[in-house]
Amino acid sequence: MFKIFKIFLYFGGFFFLLTACDKVSAFNSTKESAKSDNKEVSINPDVKMVLIKGGEYQPFYGEDSSLVQVQDFLLDEKPVTNKEFLDFVQKNPKWKRSHVKAVFADDTYLKDWQNDETLPKNADPNAAVTFVSWFAAKAYAKSAGKRLPTLDEWEYVAMADEESANARDKSTYSAHLINLYNQKEREKNAVKISQPNYYGVYNMFDLVWEWTDDFNSIMTTSDSRTAEFDDKGLFCASAATSTTDVLNYASFMRYAFRSSLKANYTVGNLGFRCAKDVTK
Amino acid sequence: MKRIVTSFALALLTLQACKQTPGDNAKATTENSAMDIKVSGETETQAKLNPPMVPAAIGNRAAKKVVVHLEATEEEGVLADGVTYKFWTFNSTVPGTFIRIRVGDEVELHLKNASNSVMPHNIDLHAVNGPGGGAEATNVAPGKEAIFNFKALNPGLFVYHCAAAPVPLHIANGMYGLILVEPEGGLPKVDREYYIMQGEFYTKGKTDEKGLQEFDQDKGVDERPTYVVFNGKKNALMGADALEAKVGETVRMFVGNGGPNLVSSFHVIGEIFDRVYVEGGTTINKNIQTTVIPAGGAAMVEFKVEEPGNYILVDHSIFRAFNKGAIGMLKVTGEKNPKIFHKVQ
Ligand SMILES: [Cu+2]
Repeated sequence: MFKIFKIFLYFGGFFFLLTACDKVSAFNSTKESAKSDNKEVSINPDVKMVLIKGGEYQPFYGEDSSLVQVQDFLLDEKPVTNKEFLDFVQKNPKWKRSHVKAVFADDTYLKDWQNDETLPKNADPNAAVTFVSWFAAKAYAKSAGKRLPTLDEWEYVAMADEESANARDKSTYSAHLINLYNQKEREKNAVKISQPNYYGVYNMFDLVWEWTDDFNSIMTTSDSRTAEFDDKGLFCASAATSTTDVLNYASFMRYAFRSSLKANYTVGNLGFRCAKDVTK
Repeated sequence: MKRIVTSFALALLTLQACKQTPGDNAKATTENSAMDIKVSGETETQAKLNPPMVPAAIGNRAAKKVVVHLEATEEEGVLADGVTYKFWTFNSTVPGTFIRIRVGDEVELHLKNASNSVMPHNIDLHAVNGPGGGAEATNVAPGKEAIFNFKALNPGLFVYHCAAAPVPLHIANGMYGLILVEPEGGLPKVDREYYIMQGEFYTKGKTDEKGLQEFDQDKGVDERPTYVVFNGKKNALMGADALEAKVGETVRMFVGNGGPNLVSSFHVIGEIFDRVYVEGGTTINKNIQTTVIPAGGAAMVEFKVEEPGNYILVDHSIFRAFNKGAIGMLKVTGEKNPKIFHKVQ
């Protein structure tokens, strides 16, 4: 199953290169059809979605000149919480811990839960859900009538600090994040306690790492030093050889983290939030 | 910015090129014969000893299979008196557990990443012939484990380190250690062996400023360390933790340099190295006062101690020793030997 998925990714990658850089939806629908075996029962989580005004953005990897166009989209203002995921699991029993297939979630899936339908002891229902796989996150998003944000969408929003849409050039931006990322057990805190960013989006950095739809579509080879990409690049610029900002350690960390993942992995400080296209 | 990127890429290219340069004939021969060495006997699981201790010498045992367990951890620890730091480690020590094998051994290396880690980690062993020294095979998410096998082809003392992005940060936080590949028949027997590894730390606060200190990226980039220490901590080898030897004994030190930036000028005040395995390789140089240990490199030094007293280990770039912590002590006890040394008046 994973192999098939991988083939789709590769295939998708080529498809992607052939078309323009911004045809993200086409890429996704190819993958979608691969696993539309049984439908999710819909859920209706009470979460505000924030309109993110699209624009050009400089991806972390790529040539200095290669900008990527991000379309307008909607993004959950916070990560999916324990409480919300519990509701999803109750309505979609195949995503209960005891039911889930190993190809879709490894053996630490919802590890801390007391049983199939009981949150971890002392867990805050409003803390971000963790120990969820990419497949599970994807299924959740689908049942909520949404999707996972693309890596570009996520990183586009991640450029913002509290005051500005693009804080990447501020020297404090990366330094602040490095120290934040170095703190353990942040994932136990409730969502929306800290300040929202420029867009009004909460908790981009301070609680959990987050899945993106195409988390492994571009990265360094997992040996971060070879400065070459796998051929499933997200850019048109295939000649790109390095990062655009070698000093942005915080971004390095996110890319390194993503490159250590497989789609069925579940990790204690990895959650997700959903996104949606803007309907015209 | 473009220039930085270019030079960075160039540096990487150069590194790659070096790795892929085929060795000279001598090396090729060693490697080929090492490749043909069969493993036999029981599989050994490598012991976990804390530095400055090392596992027992391999002696003249045959090549065998060796299982090594390393766990990447992120934990707060002491960097100097009253100063703490969030170290990233292999097996909870800086440097990480000393790995000791012989040429021809087949190593099954397990790299676990602690479940409460925030970051992914991996391992690049300079003793490995293969892509990234294992880094590519071991990039491991928190709570997961990676396993890879390698056959030790070249004898020598090698550095291992984490190579997860951003590499400088993982090394600056303490993710390095040494792996010794002994030649067939083992290294000559000595009386004492110690494991010492130099490394720098870059903190927001000044040297000895109390409290939990954050990593300072600018100081790292500028190569202006706040601390230069042996074994992950100021005074790790001083006072009650000083190394020991007795008059007449031969001491062998496995000395590594994790960097991330500085080259070490390793020296023991009051001693002359009888033998130095230059850069940790096969060439032996004799009667050496100070030996250079590059960042990401190592050396073995051996000397016989003739006179009791305290011998101070330093990086002879001497401000580092007396102001930033690159200092340790070897306490030698035993009979005085006035023929060799005595104060007249
Ligand atoms: Cu690491």
